[in-house]
Amino acid sequence: MTAPQAPAPTHAPRTLVEKIWQHHVVRPASADAPAILFVDLHLVHEVTSPQAFAELAARGVKVRRPDLTVATMDHSTPTTPRVNGHHVALSDRLAAAQLSRLEANCREYGVPLFPLGHDRQGIVHVIGPELGLTQPGMTVVCGDSHTSTHGAFGALAFGIGTSEVAHVLATQCLLQAPPRTMEVRVEGRLGYGVSAKDLILGIIAHIGVAGGAGHVMEYTGPAIRALDMEGRMTICNMSIEAGARAGCIAPDEVTFEYLAGRPYAPRAAQWIDAVERWRELRTDVGAHYDRTVSIDASELAPMISYGTNPGMAIPVTGRVPEPRVAADEQQRATLERALGYMALQPGQPVLGIPVDVVFLGSCTNARLSDLRAAAGVLRGRKLAPNVRMLVVPGSQQVKRQAEAEGLDAVFASAGAEWRESGCSMCIAMNGDQLAPGQYAVSTSNRNFEGRQGKGGRTFLASPLTAAATALRGVITDVRTLA
Amino acid sequence: MDPFTSLVSTAVVLRVDNVDTDQIIPARFLKITDRDGLGPHAFADWRYDASGTPRADFPLNAPGAGDAKILVAGRNFGCGSSREHAAWALHALGIRVIVCPSFADIFRNNAHANGMLPVALNEPEHALLLDALTHNPALPIAVDLASQSLTAAGLHCTFSIDPFAKHCLLRGVDTLGFLLAAAPEITAYEASHHAPVCCT
Repeated sequence: MTAPQAPAPTHAPRTLVEKIWQHHVVRPASADAPAILFVDLHLVHEVTSPQAFAELAARGVKVRRPDLTVATMDHSTPTTPRVNGHHVALSDRLAAAQLSRLEANCREYGVPLFPLGHDRQGIVHVIGPELGLTQPGMTVVCGDSHTSTHGAFGALAFGIGTSEVAHVLATQCLLQAPPRTMEVRVEGRLGYGVSAKDLILGIIAHIGVAGGAGHVMEYTGPAIRALDMEGRMTICNMSIEAGARAGCIAPDEVTFEYLAGRPYAPRAAQWIDAVERWRELRTDVGAHYDRTVSIDASELAPMISYGTNPGMAIPVTGRVPEPRVAADEQQRATLERALGYMALQPGQPVLGIPVDVVFLGSCTNARLSDLRAAAGVLRGRKLAPNVRMLVVPGSQQVKRQAEAEGLDAVFASAGAEWRESGCSMCIAMNGDQLAPGQYAVSTSNRNFEGRQGKGGRTFLASPLTAAATALRGVITDVRTLA
Repeated sequence: MDPFTSLVSTAVVLRVDNVDTDQIIPARFLKITDRDGLGPHAFADWRYDASGTPRADFPLNAPGAGDAKILVAGRNFGCGSSREHAAWALHALGIRVIVCPSFADIFRNNAHANGMLPVALNEPEHALLLDALTHNPALPIAVDLASQSLTAAGLHCTFSIDPFAKHCLLRGVDTLGFLLAAAPEITAYEASHHAPVCCT
C-alpha cells in the first residue's frame, strides 16, 4: 500500500522501521500469535515459487492480490548473447521446465510476468527499483534473501522461504514477530577508489556474518546520505550477509529524484501526495534503537574477501589473516577450513594473486553506475590474456542504457563478454560457472564454497577492483592504476 | 505439517560454524518444481568426492549416521540464501532436530514450516554436548518440546523457542490455514488503507 501517515504530535519517537511496521499491522501480536503483517509488493521468480503455487492449487485458493505481485525469470536463465534478437534455446531441461512452470502459474493466477526476452526482464532486485515498483514505506517480500536490497528506498524488505511465499500469494500477509532495530551509523566520506561495495564489506567484516541477526539494520550518517540510490541498494543488498533480517535507509531527495517518472511510480497529484508522506519516513529524534554501531567511511580502503563467507574481508592492501590469532578454537578451525578451500597461505598479501575469471554482475553490482565504474577503468585498455571477464547487466533496461552510452563497446574492445541479463555466475544455476579450482574476482555477494561453481574460489570486490584486476590478471588496487 | 513433540535419537555432528544453505543444498539442485528428492543431494559437495563416491571422513557417511534424527553443528547455522530447499533436504535425510549455538533467521522459519525443531543451546552447554558426543558418538539424545529440554547422559539443558512456533510444532498447525481464516481482517485492512500501487 502506501507510506505511513504522519505520526500524531503526541506519538513517542519512533524508528523508520517501527513506522513502517505499525502501518502494516493487520492484526496485532497477542499472547497466542505473532502479528499479521500486510505485504505491499510481492516479487516472484522461477526458483522459489513453483511449490508455493502448487500449495495454492492443492487448496483451491487464488492469488489474493495479483495486482501487488510481479514475477520475472532471472536465476536459471541463460545469459548467452542473443542471436538475431533471439535467446538461445535452453539446453537445461530442468531449467526450461521451471521457467515454463512460472509462465503457466502466472497465466493461471493472473500474475504479471516479465519473462525471458521481455524488455523489462532482469534480476528481480534490479527491476523492482528501476520500474518504480519499489517505493518508500512499503513492505516488500520475495523468496530470495537479497530482497533486503529494496530497503534502500526506506521500505521494509526481506527474504522469505517458499512456505511463506505461499502465505503471501494466498493472503497477501505474513505472520511476523517485530524485528529488533540496529543503527549502523557511517561517518565521514568514502575516499578515492572506495565504493558502496567496499563500505558494506567493511561493515560486515566489522560486525560479523551474524552481527545483524534478528535485527533490521538502518544505515544512517553522512557517508550514506552521500551515496546515490544504486550505492544505497548495494549496501542494503548485503545486509543479509551480516545476518540481518533486512537493511534500510530513510528516503530523501536522492530517493525521490530516482523514482520520479519511473513506470510504476505515482504521477501528478498522486506523486506530490506521495512525496509528502515519504518525507515522514525517517527515524524521529530520540527514537530508540536496540543497538548502534558506528564506522568511519574515511578510514576504508577498497575491500576484498579472502575466505568463504562475506565477513572474511580485508583491505585489498592487506594480508590473509593467521588462524593462530583467532578468538577461539572454533573460529580458528573455521578460518583454517576457509584458507584450505581457497588455497591461500596465512600472512600472504592478496595483491598480486592471479585470477582466472572476473565476474561483473549480480543484484549487488550490475546496475548502470556499476557498469560505468568498471568501463571507466577498462576504456581503451585490454584485459590480461589469462583472464575471462563476464559482464552481465542486471536487467534488459540496464543493458539498453549501457549500450546507448557505448559501454558494451568498451567492454567488448577490452576483451570482455557482454551478455544478457540475469543472476548468472553469482549463483551458477544457468551454466555460467567457475571450473573447480579457478579463482574469480566477483562483484556478487557470496563467496561460499562452490557458490560460483563446484570447487570455484571467489574473491568478492567492487566493480572498480574487479575491472582493475581484469586488466592486470592479478588482484589489483584500483588506486594504483596509472 | 506433521507435529513435533519429542524424540530420542543419536546425532550427526558437523563441527563447522556458519554452515550456509548453499552447502546444505547447492544451487544446481534447485531446479526442481516439487519438494521431493533432495535427500541424496544434501551437503553434496562435502559428502561426495569428485567421482561421486561418498567421502569416508564426512560425518553423514559414517556408519549409523542414516538413523540419526539430530544434527549438531556450529554457530549461525543456515545462513545465506533463503532457499527452503535446505530444510526440505535435511528433512529428507530424516533430520528433525538441529542443535546449534545460533541459527540464521530465515532458516529457523523454514525449519519450523517443515515440522523441524531448531534448538539453540548456549555456548557452554553446546560445548559440553560436543564433548559428550566425542566420548560417545552413539550417545542417545532426548529432545522434548513441551518442556523445552534436551537431555543427553548427565547433561540437561533447556532452550527457548518462540511460543507460537512451539504451539504450531506441537499441534502441527497449518499456518496458511490460520492466515486464510483472517481474511475478514485482511479485507478490512485493505479497505481502510490507501489504494495500492498498480503492478499491472
